[in-house]
Amino acid sequence: MFVPSDNSPPSLEDFTLVMPAVAVGNVGQLAVDLIVSTLNMSRVGFIHTDCLIPMAGNNPYSTCKEDAQELHTPAEVYVAPELKLAVLQIRAPIVQTKSKKFRQLIVSWIKASGFSRTVILSSSHAYQRDDQQMKGTPLRYLATPSLLKASANALKELGWREMERVASFPGLTEANAEPRLCIPGGGITKGLYTDSCSEDLPLAVVLLFCSEGDNIPDAFALVNHLNDWLHLLDDPSQAPNKWKIPTSWNLLFGSGIPPSMF
Amino acid sequence: MATFFGEVLSVYSRAVEEDDEDPEQDEEDEQIRRELEEKREVHLRWSPEVSELLKSGNKLPCREFILAVGHNAAKFLSVYVLTSANWDTLGHASVWNERSRAVTGQSSEESACVFYRHKENPTVMICQVTCYVAEDQLFQWTEKVFDCLQHRELSVTVLSDSSVADYKTADYLCTSSAPFLRSLHTGTFSGQPVCQSLEQPNIITGLPAAVLNHCQVQRIATVVYQCYSDVIGPDSVSMETFKPALTKLAKSIQLNSSPNTDILRKMVKTTDIQSNLYI
Repeated sequence: MFVPSDNSPPSLEDFTLVMPAVAVGNVGQLAVDLIVSTLNMSRVGFIHTDCLIPMAGNNPYSTCKEDAQELHTPAEVYVAPELKLAVLQIRAPIVQTKSKKFRQLIVSWIKASGFSRTVILSSSHAYQRDDQQMKGTPLRYLATPSLLKASANALKELGWREMERVASFPGLTEANAEPRLCIPGGGITKGLYTDSCSEDLPLAVVLLFCSEGDNIPDAFALVNHLNDWLHLLDDPSQAPNKWKIPTSWNLLFGSGIPPSMF
Repeated sequence: MATFFGEVLSVYSRAVEEDDEDPEQDEEDEQIRRELEEKREVHLRWSPEVSELLKSGNKLPCREFILAVGHNAAKFLSVYVLTSANWDTLGHASVWNERSRAVTGQSSEESACVFYRHKENPTVMICQVTCYVAEDQLFQWTEKVFDCLQHRELSVTVLSDSSVADYKTADYLCTSSAPFLRSLHTGTFSGQPVCQSLEQPNIITGLPAAVLNHCQVQRIATVVYQCYSDVIGPDSVSMETFKPALTKLAKSIQLNSSPNTDILRKMVKTTDIQSNLYI
């Protein structure tokens, strides 16, 4: 459940919520890191739940010695009040048997907080694309009917590509096998999307196809794509890569090289 | 995915596992799942006196709670603190998971997670955890234990083991710097940690992390001291590294700063040889 950092819980009514799905390449989480780090967002609370694997560390967005020693937990909520933006960052995998419970927790928190819309940043296995999906941009979106009521035009103008439905049994030409939504490697993305459709929540999914590896360029691609819609950064005419990389991204591939090796 | 040589490999993601969420589950599957979940539940077994206290709706009065997670941390407490024999056994936690090994004779569950209370200073408690607590049990263990403790003026110190292989740093550490301590503390901890704070991008996981999460949210002053060691298995040098962590509490726990070498030797016996690949 949501636990505020201060004694006075923040009002998130009418804010836009951006959150990641723990998915292939951790791209959504990396993109959210960029948003929090660049916009210098402040933490307003924690999501304290048994659905996430516990972890703890010092401030991943620290810029100076003074703010370095601040404890951070697996799921935290940050805000940028001037942009009416709230961000939920998830830093740990979901406990395997608790994925449904976690989805329910998120959906009820979204409803209780009164967010005007939610955007899930996610990713999907690039190797499971079919021939059609391999052509053109690797970025896709999904929107619930409730969100389309408000944002259909904006999304149309952006010319974004909607996530395709794929055949349930590829290769089989069964007449009654309807194409269905499939987001392999997307974690709870599909579940959250379908839950939001049934709960009539305004929710969008922005995802990209990628593989495990150095996913930093993928994170930049995703966050720039999101920025085209939400205009989180002031001046879109600025050169790309205007996002600030947090200190926690150091040593993503391990420690320095031991000199005794040479 | 297809490789350059034309073979097809199944790819896994470091972030997600594919779970086939089948909405229509067999009644038998459901039952098996439920039974497994029940078996994995963490149970706290207290002494009769404590059980009575908790049943009547009270909590254990506790000002200092010292938790040792891992063999070096637990043995450090055994050698430097518990040998004074001024401690009562309050109870133990039984934790079963896929890594629990059945041990004939003394139930291994009993000795793997034990709670002690100081005889003369009953608001000082110690807990040693040497068993593996699985990911889905960490939160449960923490909630159940802290539910029994009075939170007002509670101060928690966690000692934990880790391998120096898990420590990330830009300058590669030569082995002579291990073992060393690093600390993490909650927002309400007002003391001064006795060692450097854990630098980015390092994180803490497992039971110490679960305790930190709980205490951060519940605003309990907590500090974790993690010892990074380059030795597999318990060793006296790593154990001694924890000494500065308890200097503030030395008086209330009667810290024995120079333990008997015989006791040390007994504690640091070689671990059971499971494979003779690396003797």
